[in-house]
Amino acid sequence: MAQIFHRSTNTISRVSIYGAVILIAILGYAVNVVNQTSYVTEVHNARPQPVPFSHKHHVGELGLDCRYCHSSVEDSSSAGMPATQTCMVCHSQIWTSAAILEPVRASYRDSTPIAWTRVNALPDFVYFNHSIHVAKGVGCTTCHGPVAEMNITWREQSLYMRWCLECHNSPEKYLRPKSEVFNAFYKPPADQEALGNRLMSEYKVRKLTDCTTCHR
Amino acid sequence: MADSPSDRLAEQMANVPILGPGYNYASVTDKISAIVLARRTPKWWIFGFLISFALVMLLMVSVTYLLVAGVGIWGIQIPIAWGFAIINFVWWIGIGHAGTLISAILLLLRQQWRTSINRFAEAMTLFAVSCAGIFPLIHMGRPWLGYWLFPYPDTMKMWPNFRSPLVWDAFAVSTYATVSLLFWFIGLIPDLATLRDRARNRAAKMIYGLLAMGWRGSAVHWERHETASLLLAGLATPLVLSVHTIVSFDFAFAIVPGWHATIFPPYFVAGAIYAGFAMVLTLSIPIRKLFRLEDFITMRHLDNMGKVLLATGLIVGYGYMMEAFSAFYSGNQYERFMILNRMTGPYAPMYWMLIACNIVTPQFLWFRKVRAKVGALFAIAMVVNVGMWLERFVIVVTSLHRDFLPSSWGIYYPTRWDIFTFVGTIGLFLFLVFLFIRYLPLISIFEMRTLVASEEEKKAAN
Amino acid sequence: MDIDRKNAGQPDVDISALRKASSGGDTPRFWRGLDELADTPEFRNHKENEFPHGANDPDAKLDRRDLLKVMAASAAFAGLSGCTKLPTQKIVPYVRQPEEIIPGKPLFYATAVTLGGVATGVLVESHMARPTKIEGNPDHPGSLGATDAFSQASVLGLYDPDRSQAEIHDGRIGSWAEFQDELSTALGAEKGNSGSGVRLLTPTITSPTLGDQINTFLKAYPSVKWVQYESVTRDNIREGTKLAFGEYVNTVYRVDQADVIVTLDSDFLTSGPGCLRYAREFARKRRVEGPDSKMNRLYAFESTPTNTGAMADHRLRMPASFVDDFAHHLARELGLVVGDVIFTPPPTREQFAWIQALARDLERHLGASLVVPGDQQPPTVHAIAYAINAALRNFGKTIYFTEPIEVSPVNQWDSIGQLAADIRAGGVTTLLIMGSNPVYDAPADLGFKEILPKVPFSVRLGLYEDETSALCHWHIPQAHELESWGDARGYDGTATVIQPLIAPLYGGKSEVDFLAVLNGQASKPSHDFIHDYWQAQRPNVDRFDAFWEKTLRDGVVADSAFPPKQVSLKADAAMQVTPYTVRGLEIVFRPDHTVWDGRFANNGWLQELPKPLTMLTWDSVAMLSPKTAERLGIKSEDAIELKYHGRTIVAPAWVTPGHADESVTVFLGYGRTRSGRVGTGTGFDAGWIRPLATPWIGGGLEVRKTGARWALATTQTQSTMEGREPIRIATLDVYQKNPKFAQADADENPLSLYPAVKYEGNQWGMAIDLNACTGCGGCVVACQAENNIAVVGKKEVMIGRHMHWIRIDRYYEGGVDDPGAYHEPVLCMHCENAPCEVVCPVVATVHSSEGLNEMIYNRCVGTRYCSNNCPYKVRRFNFYLYSDWDTPSLFGMRNPNVSVRSRGVMEKCSYCVQRINAVKIEAEEQDRPIRDGEIVTACQQSCPSEAIMFGNINDPNSRVSKLKANNRNYKLLEELNTRPRTTYLAKLRNPNPEIEKTPAV
Repeated sequence: MAQIFHRSTNTISRVSIYGAVILIAILGYAVNVVNQTSYVTEVHNARPQPVPFSHKHHVGELGLDCRYCHSSVEDSSSAGMPATQTCMVCHSQIWTSAAILEPVRASYRDSTPIAWTRVNALPDFVYFNHSIHVAKGVGCTTCHGPVAEMNITWREQSLYMRWCLECHNSPEKYLRPKSEVFNAFYKPPADQEALGNRLMSEYKVRKLTDCTTCHR
Repeated sequence: MADSPSDRLAEQMANVPILGPGYNYASVTDKISAIVLARRTPKWWIFGFLISFALVMLLMVSVTYLLVAGVGIWGIQIPIAWGFAIINFVWWIGIGHAGTLISAILLLLRQQWRTSINRFAEAMTLFAVSCAGIFPLIHMGRPWLGYWLFPYPDTMKMWPNFRSPLVWDAFAVSTYATVSLLFWFIGLIPDLATLRDRARNRAAKMIYGLLAMGWRGSAVHWERHETASLLLAGLATPLVLSVHTIVSFDFAFAIVPGWHATIFPPYFVAGAIYAGFAMVLTLSIPIRKLFRLEDFITMRHLDNMGKVLLATGLIVGYGYMMEAFSAFYSGNQYERFMILNRMTGPYAPMYWMLIACNIVTPQFLWFRKVRAKVGALFAIAMVVNVGMWLERFVIVVTSLHRDFLPSSWGIYYPTRWDIFTFVGTIGLFLFLVFLFIRYLPLISIFEMRTLVASEEEKKAAN
Repeated sequence: MDIDRKNAGQPDVDISALRKASSGGDTPRFWRGLDELADTPEFRNHKENEFPHGANDPDAKLDRRDLLKVMAASAAFAGLSGCTKLPTQKIVPYVRQPEEIIPGKPLFYATAVTLGGVATGVLVESHMARPTKIEGNPDHPGSLGATDAFSQASVLGLYDPDRSQAEIHDGRIGSWAEFQDELSTALGAEKGNSGSGVRLLTPTITSPTLGDQINTFLKAYPSVKWVQYESVTRDNIREGTKLAFGEYVNTVYRVDQADVIVTLDSDFLTSGPGCLRYAREFARKRRVEGPDSKMNRLYAFESTPTNTGAMADHRLRMPASFVDDFAHHLARELGLVVGDVIFTPPPTREQFAWIQALARDLERHLGASLVVPGDQQPPTVHAIAYAINAALRNFGKTIYFTEPIEVSPVNQWDSIGQLAADIRAGGVTTLLIMGSNPVYDAPADLGFKEILPKVPFSVRLGLYEDETSALCHWHIPQAHELESWGDARGYDGTATVIQPLIAPLYGGKSEVDFLAVLNGQASKPSHDFIHDYWQAQRPNVDRFDAFWEKTLRDGVVADSAFPPKQVSLKADAAMQVTPYTVRGLEIVFRPDHTVWDGRFANNGWLQELPKPLTMLTWDSVAMLSPKTAERLGIKSEDAIELKYHGRTIVAPAWVTPGHADESVTVFLGYGRTRSGRVGTGTGFDAGWIRPLATPWIGGGLEVRKTGARWALATTQTQSTMEGREPIRIATLDVYQKNPKFAQADADENPLSLYPAVKYEGNQWGMAIDLNACTGCGGCVVACQAENNIAVVGKKEVMIGRHMHWIRIDRYYEGGVDDPGAYHEPVLCMHCENAPCEVVCPVVATVHSSEGLNEMIYNRCVGTRYCSNNCPYKVRRFNFYLYSDWDTPSLFGMRNPNVSVRSRGVMEKCSYCVQRINAVKIEAEEQDRPIRDGEIVTACQQSCPSEAIMFGNINDPNSRVSKLKANNRNYKLLEELNTRPRTTYLAKLRNPNPEIEKTPAV
């Protein structure tokens, strides 16, 4: 009797069977890759801001200290965003008529706050505390990257839990002397391991991996 | 002595063949494949199909509402945080076991009488497992995160808790589903080929053809087929024991009085096979009647299944007795209270119904007369199905509702959504069964052929 | 509170509806204990039919919330791939940063919350200018750092979305300015007759400033009548002092000086002014360190079971109307000359013996004993109590007197009666109601509902647009205490300046503002009134600004407490006896434990707080004793008809062990018709049958079964310990003979397959002294406020889904008629071998390096296995989306340091880990170890009797370690070897051997 299928069907079926298996594997891998891309993590995406504030200019060129604007970073969980007032301390003197600063002046004039776009965001169930990290010798740039080179600020790290745990499991790889914490140009020494271990004992740094360290 | 009626009955029973007289290869093939191909769809089929389909819709509605509103729509609460969902899960997964037992273990034991029932027993396994599989997922507070139970490299650097029985469950059940599916499908291939060749319209040819995966019945094919079936049988055999053992761990690992018992694994497995055979009987009796397959599924089959039912029933009964005994023997006030509470507490009716269904009723199967009566067998099988569900209800609910601190005791009532979901899965089960018996050969054609062969050899021998 | 609105639905009190409901299949579900259950109709049909109860879903319909949830769910499914992306957020910094505010750091302000005018000093935690939590003010004598449930819940009251938000003029939106015009015209018209047609109705006023303002007003309009009224009035106490001393005085106890205390139907440990302090002083006298420690002894005469009665070493049960006679009889036993006592019926021989033994005991403790009359008892009982105290030389030792703390103490019931009469007579042209809600809570026979509309011009200042506002021409939204300037006096006269923590959320006006308008000083800011008043009071303080600042910071006005006052007991103080004519059943009215006089009816936290002893939520009941119930053929949850003074009301019966026979207690504060979406329609209005004549105790109540059922929501269904020992109790003797009685089965090093975990540094633990716990429930609400715990509503409570992280178990021991009642707070034990941890498939609950049993909501998938395996059943599950994610005004209330839980996750006590972490970070930054007592859990903080102690159990010198070293210390369900970190100190009773033969050891 007549064959209902063309002989090619055999090949097709074989290919499709093995193909399916491979395809599933690839898909799984793809998901993993996509999760690392900046599309999901926002890493290195410079976010548009109401005022094109340049850390490069203020920190890199003028050498402002981080704490001048992010004033509560040493006493509070939140590093703090500068009040318009803080901007106006200088900009009531210099660049007083610059067009790009109009939103700042407007804000100060009509007492309407500036709505900045958040660059480094954590989910609400994560309780991060700046002050303790700073106090234990974790530098700003360790997480926030080369701020002094950012014209428009971007996120340097994925802020995934996996990333947090890298440091919480082995702080010695990242610690720096307290004196260098706010140094935006700090380069880790060659013997970071040795330094890190010394600082860990000096600053009594523990490897905190309890869930409630961050989740409550 | 040989003239006492019961002995005569015994003789007759022994002589009842596992295949009706006067069949040859062709007639067997015709009779079975005709069900699928030639015959017009019978009225009863359409009727039953529609009912089961309606129930599937009910399941859909219940599950959707569940996802929208949350598990609060069920009767569960603190302290009874597990209710119908887990009861039904254990019940369904148990039912599945008979299929695997018949197709795997009896195959390895070369039990010929399994031939005509293993196909739909396997199918039943598959369908039961798919019903069971729904519950662990939907009983979760956040089902959409169910995949966290499986280990995979995630952005959180987290792994599941390998100490938790629920994780073992996830593996056990998924393995079980996969193996059963493969086993069943491989068994189907030669018959699918037969259907392909016998089908008249092109669509049918195409479909069966695709499913037959180019089976040509060459010696090589048969040789590989045999090997594959044997291998899978070997794989499936330990599963029959392991799966329900692990399910029983869900309870045995907890410290709840009434759950924390070492006897659970064996008596869960026995219970599973018990429930399974009950379900096989419940299905095969109507089917053989409706499709007039009395010659293929003979009284001999029913008799054997009755015996298995009796045997496993006795094991289960032993389990209950040991539970009560160890509770009293333990001298532990919580254990003692637990068993007393089962017998006299607010859920005592459930407990005694369970005893009646699972221990008392099957005793009738001691009598050949009973085993020889189709109706009686069917009734007993039904009762056992109910009983096994009650067993899980008693284990889950009565153990939880009064545990250690009297201050946190409670009472559990199912809601309409509990019931809808349960009935819904029964619908899904029947729905699949109906599709199966209509569109696939519900008895293994090629294996029946081998039976014909062996029968002829017997004749030749005489 | 959306969930509440859905679930708080109470089957309306219409009998026919109830009857229909009960005949129909869907009777609201409830359950009982083992034997009881067997004969409820529910269980009978449960026997017949496997699944008696069908419907239970609180919201079968799909509303907006649910649709949102579908979207959420589908989004989540889409997210299965794991590609979940955070939405873009905005950061909005200040334009000008305020000095004191550091983002992320809470500030604490000292102020006070009042109940019935009496102030309790509190510290309010404020996050970025959002008050989120109330703590007690350690510097305030009435608080000593503790709080009650009411003050804890006032935060929710502040953010309550149902509070009135606009001036209403005859049902239309009005304006503040418009109101001022109308008022001035109205008052102008009165100027001629010096305001004889004007009435000012206020609650009890202790605020010096308000008093000053009112007096100014009364000077301007001499004929204005000022009416003070509280539904839960303290008239009897005032009149009692008048009876005894011929003048109104304020009574203050020194419980810490008393070794033998007798209460005459009084709940002084958990209710009334100063109860927080009294509870602490009482508990301090029961701190049993070792076998040689002393304990005070408490006797209670009682009708309605109270927490104080449960604490008593001896409790004599009697109808409230008998207390008077018994008190006089006791006085006579003590050799006082008293009026003739007509016992009806005469006491039994046991009762006589009891009283004689008590008298002996009192005589043995001259100057160190205390007799406390009950707030609801008639003046004669107070008088006799003072007479006895005087005879026992307690004056100046365990009890002293001061000037009244009220600005003007009056007999409030007389004056409200007078007001009603005036209105009927048409003599009232202008009625200014400041806060009070007479239409709901004034004596029913005054009929304010009918007469109020007769008043030509009526104004109401109120937090809610309620029953009274609805009938007034003007409704002015009142500012919450946390929103307004004010001041008030504490139980001993100590004044506190009430300062606002936030500008009025709904544009409310404070009482000061309101009175300012009356005095034509509308332009003057309310702050200035307070400031100026106190400046006037303190003329010789040189730098007043500094004084003012200190006053605000400390939360008390320096040396403002009243000095003790010399009083002279009138000779005939003991001669008068209230002649009760109690025919048939007695009825007793009581303020409700959680909604008081109804002012808290719309507060979900208080509605869901289980009432002491009954463990009931969301409802009020008519309590009656088992014997009486049996006689009347009444079962718990029968809807019964109460007929009193010609008025009838339908109430659910609650058979209460330990209640006096032939007496029925009903509670005020329920049956509100206009209280908001939470409170409206809960319970029944006992006020409806409460006449002017008998505010508290009366006779001749008629009770009739309606045949209908009224399902109640209780959080505990089993009242007996079932031969188990969750609470270990012994008498002081037994303890002294066998100090380790509680540790009989203690096993110091139980077997284990695994090596014990070694804890470096801190290891947290808790000890709870059952000898101190009064079961007041303050900790439950404190925990709810601190940890953003959701309210679930009546239906959910009925099926055992309440969410409290700490619960107070109550067990009865002994006969059903007069059992002992014991309280036991149960929270997560943070077991060393936690059964919940092994079974969680996704490691959502794990052990921390400091011994905490952590629960990670964002990891939980909701299998509920942990709860099944928890022998203490302290885990709570979000069966629905219980947290309110919709109502914006409630967002501000939440503690920003605790996740707001979503649907489908498990939650439980965390030992306030957010507080632990805060202190840890601070200590680390200062490079120092954590000090003992630096970390205080919310429950511990609120506890008036210091029953709860938390700390580092690795430090042998920490207070918690010391308590755990006490030989009363035992572990709950120790035999399970879960090794709980929360342990209990066994309860001791100190019975009088003359009354109770102590059993052999």
